[in-house]
Amino acid sequence: MSFVYFVLNRIALVIPTLLGVTLISFMLTNLLPGNPAVVKAGALATPEYLATVERQMGLDQPLYVQYARFVSGLLHGDLGESASTGRPVLEDFLQRLPATLELTLASLLIACLLGIPLGILSAVHRDKFVDHVGRVIGVVGVAMPSFWTGLLLIFVMFYALEIAPAPLGRLAPNIAAPTAITGMYVVDSALTGNWTALKSASAQLFLPSLTLAFSIMAPLARMVRASMLEILQSDYIKAAWAAGLPSRTIIYGDALRNAMIPIITTLGTVFGFLMAGNAVVESVFAWPGIGNYALAALMTKDSGPIQSFVLFVAISYVFVNLAVDLAYGLADPRIRIG
Amino acid sequence: MTALLETEALTVHFATSDGPVEAVDGADLTVRTGEVFGLVGESGSGKSVTAMAIMRLIQPPGRIVKGSIRFAGIDLATLSEKAMRDVRGSRIALVPQSPRTSLNPVMSVGKQISRVISVHGGLGWRASGARAIELLAMVGVPDPAHRAKQYAHQLSGGTCQRVMIAMALATSPQLLIADEPTTGLDVSIASRIIELLRDLGKRTGAAIILITHDLGTVAQSCDRFAVMHAGQIVESGDTRCLFRAPAHPYTHALLRSIPRVDADVVLQPIAGSVPALLHPPAGCRYQRRCELAMPVCCEKPRRTSVSVSHDVACFAAEKKYAAAS
Amino acid sequence: MTLTSAPDLATPPVRRPFRQGMARLRRDPVSLGALIIILAMVLAAVFAPWAAPYDPNATDISVALEASSWAHLLGTDVYGRDQLSRIIYAARIDLLIPAAATAIALIIGCAIGAVAGYRGGWLDHIVMRCVEAVMAFPALVLAMGLAAALGSGLGNLVIVIAVTQVPTYLRLIRGEMLRVRDMEYAEAARTVGNGDGRIIFVHLLPNCIPPIIVQATLSLGYGLLTMATLSFLGLGVRPPDSEWGEMTAEGASQIVTGEWWLFVFPGLAIIFTVLAFNLVGDALRDLLDPRMRGVK
Repeated sequence: MSFVYFVLNRIALVIPTLLGVTLISFMLTNLLPGNPAVVKAGALATPEYLATVERQMGLDQPLYVQYARFVSGLLHGDLGESASTGRPVLEDFLQRLPATLELTLASLLIACLLGIPLGILSAVHRDKFVDHVGRVIGVVGVAMPSFWTGLLLIFVMFYALEIAPAPLGRLAPNIAAPTAITGMYVVDSALTGNWTALKSASAQLFLPSLTLAFSIMAPLARMVRASMLEILQSDYIKAAWAAGLPSRTIIYGDALRNAMIPIITTLGTVFGFLMAGNAVVESVFAWPGIGNYALAALMTKDSGPIQSFVLFVAISYVFVNLAVDLAYGLADPRIRIG
Repeated sequence: MTALLETEALTVHFATSDGPVEAVDGADLTVRTGEVFGLVGESGSGKSVTAMAIMRLIQPPGRIVKGSIRFAGIDLATLSEKAMRDVRGSRIALVPQSPRTSLNPVMSVGKQISRVISVHGGLGWRASGARAIELLAMVGVPDPAHRAKQYAHQLSGGTCQRVMIAMALATSPQLLIADEPTTGLDVSIASRIIELLRDLGKRTGAAIILITHDLGTVAQSCDRFAVMHAGQIVESGDTRCLFRAPAHPYTHALLRSIPRVDADVVLQPIAGSVPALLHPPAGCRYQRRCELAMPVCCEKPRRTSVSVSHDVACFAAEKKYAAAS
Repeated sequence: MTLTSAPDLATPPVRRPFRQGMARLRRDPVSLGALIIILAMVLAAVFAPWAAPYDPNATDISVALEASSWAHLLGTDVYGRDQLSRIIYAARIDLLIPAAATAIALIIGCAIGAVAGYRGGWLDHIVMRCVEAVMAFPALVLAMGLAAALGSGLGNLVIVIAVTQVPTYLRLIRGEMLRVRDMEYAEAARTVGNGDGRIIFVHLLPNCIPPIIVQATLSLGYGLLTMATLSFLGLGVRPPDSEWGEMTAEGASQIVTGEWWLFVFPGLAIIFTVLAFNLVGDALRDLLDPRMRGVK
């Protein structure tokens, strides 16, 4: 199997999944009990006006026509409009996306910095103290709902110890947002040398990203440990010990290099956890990202943002996994050089 | 010829929740400088564990319970782990059982050889890379410079084993342990690998411990060999002596189970199977399968010399030879 | 000319799951503790009127927002309701809904998975494409979308949680089916003229029970977590019904005034219960499914 074939094959496999994803999220919206036309036209609208609005929104068409329109709209970057604000959902979304991205990336970074070494140490010192600590963190971490972790952190760090700022958004209220480059405040303020904004943005980001990181650290460490253990038992590691190589070379050179392949795959799965956890953490910390936006919309039965959120998460999950598959192919010579 | 390696009462146990599995029980072995020494036995008889114990590579829950391993004047059993690492790969090298899986799949084979050279020989990466290609040529890999850049999955099983041999020879070891080096290889390639090992041993002066369950290989290529049964060495000595006049009933039975083309002999399978090593019978572990078993076999038989280069651990044999002499 | 004789390192002991399980429990205090937590939770839920010291809905403003005391072990909320009693009563919903969801997911997932795995071919292909599409959604996001679409209500909540779990059972049983369908006893059942349905559900499915039991135990925990999270977000159980996630959300507003017990204790109830299900699930896996041993 040549590498080009491998890449094309993976890309082709994504298409049916994407179709399924759009179909499911379309179905979800049409299951919604509220009539979006009522929300848009207002509760006091006459039946005639309501019918006009329904016609304008295409709600009188058969479902498959609505689905076809929905998909062709997607291809043109049209996510519909929010029934309550009347603004295109895509616009609202793009405005809030950097906040979500900032939170996601920060927590992924923290989780990797803590989880991967923990997994490695647990595997190398199997059944020793580190491994027991790792196992306890893993077992408890999986059982802890992230909203509770977040609340606990707020209580301890903000209320009791007063080291963290108030859990309300991305910046302290008296500080202006840095010049927009990426939209991620920490990055932008660092790039523009806006140190006051950087300090405030980092402080605000710390607790939510720690909360989110904690929710994925446990599964990450667990998977790293499992793949390291499997590799440490393999014949080529035994051969490396027999060749008298130093243990550092064996663990970090041989074992970790091979473990990177399953670890990369794991990161794809972990990304799914992150996207789901995002909404929860954003709501706990009043973080103005897309998850929070979608939840606010859910409360008013506004279908546009929900549909877009679910769809956006699923599509980005599909593409992240595609990227992971391709990275996997690059990291593994058995695939790279077939 | 002087003894290069001498193990005495080497005992390895694996801890399980039901008690220790006595994988190697008091193994005495002598390997001389430059010879090819065979270690023969059924699967599960403890041959590989013995070899791993010599290299001090027994992983928990396994443990060397007692015994000494004297190698070129030092006792490996009491050596520090750090000093042991300098012995492994440089003075004692291993040719493993499954060459393909013993190569790191994400590192080119040349790199894998050259880093062993640079770790033990202190050579820079350029010099050790060149040396790796020389070694590949020496073990008969065609187009070595090209092969060195390739990965294990691109090579045939036979070539992988040649790579492993090149890696083992990288630092001119005094002892090469080849653990069933031909498992999974075609018969024709297997015999060429054995030939290569024997030839390289003679050229470099390294002694070779050849672990195998194939008596044919032993007859062809070993100077001396030892027979293991259920963790015990039952007989050892000069290959010709042992084939001509096996003293232990188990060796005898093994030789009878070899199919022969030249003589019209009925094959006789060995009765019973290797006993469990969890709670093995006291004394000789062959007693329950043995035709010559006596009440005294419940005690552990001592190693006795049958001739100059021929030892056996069996009461029946002891009695027979005592009567004869 | 090789020697072949069966290696016989250690004869495996005769397997008696129940006795083995009891013996294991004696050696394994963690699993024993987990089992005790689950039993205690179930008993508290069933006998809530006797177990709870107060009426969970009785308000008494004079004792509002009191911290832990001998009268109110876990403190009281804004209305002076006894939190321990509320947590005990909430256990009914917290155990019942994940259990119902698990049962539904298990039945649907196993039925479809068994048929798809056994039949194979185009049917299997279509089913698996659908499963992939569903699994392209992170479970919680799918649950959020579905919960929003279906609206509130305990019945809908059961459906939402069940839907997120169906793919797991489906894939599990399909895999098991692929493994057992060509085994000799399946062949034998076919030769004597059994129908497909009979072969699948009478002859093959019983062989897949151990992994199903393990998965069911684990999904009780996951189901509880999903439900608590949805309720926390206002998408699941809503007042006047009460549930630990919903109680945590109520308590969250008291953080800034320092009444920590209102969010901490319901959360601890969630953690201990999920933890207990996970630990028991892991222990069951070790016991019932030797192939999975050491994988965790």
